[in-house]
Amino acid sequence: MAPPIDGRVRWGDDLDDDGDDGLEGVLPPIQVLGPDENGYKIVIEYRYNERDEKVKVTTKSRVKKQVKKMNKNVIKRRQWRKFGDAALVSGNQNVTIVSTEEIFLERVKGPSGGKEAEKNELAGLVASGNTSLIVCRICGKKGDHWTSKCPYKDLAKDGMFQDKAPTEDGAPGAASAGAAPGRGAYVPPSMRAGANKEGEGMRQRGRDDNSIRVTNLSEDTREADLMELFRPFGPISRIYVAFDRETGLSRGFAFINFVNRDDAIRAISKINGYGYDNLILKVEWATPREDKR
Amino acid sequence: MRPILLKGHERPLTFLKYNRDGDLLFSCAKDHNPNVWFADNGERLGNYKGHNGAVWCCDVTRDSRFLVTGSADQSAKLWDVETGVQLYSFTFETPARSVAFSEGEKLLLITTDPFMGAPSAIHIKRVEAERTEQTQDSIEIIKGHVGRVTRAVWGPLNTTIISCGEDGTIRQWDASNGKELNMKEAHSKNIQTLSMSADGSHFITASADKSAKLFDTRTFELLKTYQAERPINAAAISPLLDHVVLGGGQEARDVTTTSSRAGKFEAKFYHKIFEEEIGGVKGHFGPINALAFNPDGRSFASGGEDGYVRVHHFDAEYFTMKV
Repeated sequence: MAPPIDGRVRWGDDLDDDGDDGLEGVLPPIQVLGPDENGYKIVIEYRYNERDEKVKVTTKSRVKKQVKKMNKNVIKRRQWRKFGDAALVSGNQNVTIVSTEEIFLERVKGPSGGKEAEKNELAGLVASGNTSLIVCRICGKKGDHWTSKCPYKDLAKDGMFQDKAPTEDGAPGAASAGAAPGRGAYVPPSMRAGANKEGEGMRQRGRDDNSIRVTNLSEDTREADLMELFRPFGPISRIYVAFDRETGLSRGFAFINFVNRDDAIRAISKINGYGYDNLILKVEWATPREDKR
Repeated sequence: MRPILLKGHERPLTFLKYNRDGDLLFSCAKDHNPNVWFADNGERLGNYKGHNGAVWCCDVTRDSRFLVTGSADQSAKLWDVETGVQLYSFTFETPARSVAFSEGEKLLLITTDPFMGAPSAIHIKRVEAERTEQTQDSIEIIKGHVGRVTRAVWGPLNTTIISCGEDGTIRQWDASNGKELNMKEAHSKNIQTLSMSADGSHFITASADKSAKLFDTRTFELLKTYQAERPINAAAISPLLDHVVLGGGQEARDVTTTSSRAGKFEAKFYHKIFEEEIGGVKGHFGPINALAFNPDGRSFASGGEDGYVRVHHFDAEYFTMKV
């Protein structure tokens, strides 16, 4: 190693010298072929991978020239010298900042129909009477009417079905006070008089009759993708994609609940055997878990 | 889109102007030095030093060689755009507000505010090709607005002048003799500004009565009304799509009393024909005082009470989106 001329040891020189000692470390130079008349350029380079094996990397790329037309005067103005504060050394520091935040034109409503369509859909649900979304809190009847339209409303006053928000005097569900430990204490809906004691809440409503199972999904399928795929058949009340708890990867199947049974039937007939993300989907009725066990 | 933030002013913005080719952006603010920027990357080219008060308005010639600015220091100044050298200064008895070159740039109109008993006026000056021959003389002085004239522009073929004012009226004047040709009570509150369409056939007014209105330039027929829920300080018409953009927000003195969300400081896009709101672009944390579309319609700039200019280059989706 030659002694450094200017008295400083440069570590970069040091490394280079070491490399020249053995022929082992010498890699063939990078070759660049082209670009040919079609604009294809091939770059061949050699490097070591993590196991110290020599690998040849061939990169083929296309070079394309894009012509951008610019006004002559604009180009001339580009060359103008800075003046005023901008000509100072510190003049243009921190003056122009590109936002780190991505700003979007926030749309007032979605591109498709928006709220209006949603409203029509709900109205249609009531009209068809074939729904599990609408559950009357007074009589517990499904898919027939909203709570406020219940024909048994009058009976509810007698305390038969009482399930009400706090009344004027602040006592929640005065009529159900019998079930409550004390006046004014909170009574969970399931404990109130007239409530279905079995608690038909989450557990059952989650797996309704119109549930279909989709299997052989690709790993990166998300709920939104399924929504896009199945939404055309009709309103969907729930989509569940099964994920592995440890790895966080999709387990390749999902459950979809349709509001209308007819829609579910159509979805099965159409999507079963449909190619999605180069996999053939299998769509069938979901069998309740109890039967499987 | 990632807006470019231009922080060249220390006081609230008052006016923004693109040159004809859309490569330069001029910004005026209540600090004394207007700036000029390259519109594509936001680089500052320079600033024009010489005014001694808030600069309210500016205009640039079609060939981008000369700039005129109107200021509260009771002057309007002509500048060389390239070097920032002041070429001439028109002086007045009262603050100058709005300035505009005529088509062909032979004439210049400058409006002045009412002050110390003097009423507001629109001055028409001849622009001499030789700066040495430039004089202070006004060809015409038009008076008639009650209160401040907030903006005045030339009508088609320089035959008329259209002005709007704090009295909520829009007025059309004969440029040759200063006679009032047409007057319309357009808004219930003061009109902050007006902005011409690219072809000059219609213009939009922005008012503190929370609405913006589109008028025919010749007949003053009310074409469209855009209703907003905040006072409007600025409006611009897209030269490319059937869009208008409105900017505003609650008054600056009320800003500190509410959250920025309640301030409604976004630039709001409306469909020009259907009068429907398309969407909003957020970013400013004060009311928007100035808006301008690039003449190619592919970007727009907004200037706020917060002292920032934000230049937005639209994403590709903007041009293909369905309304």
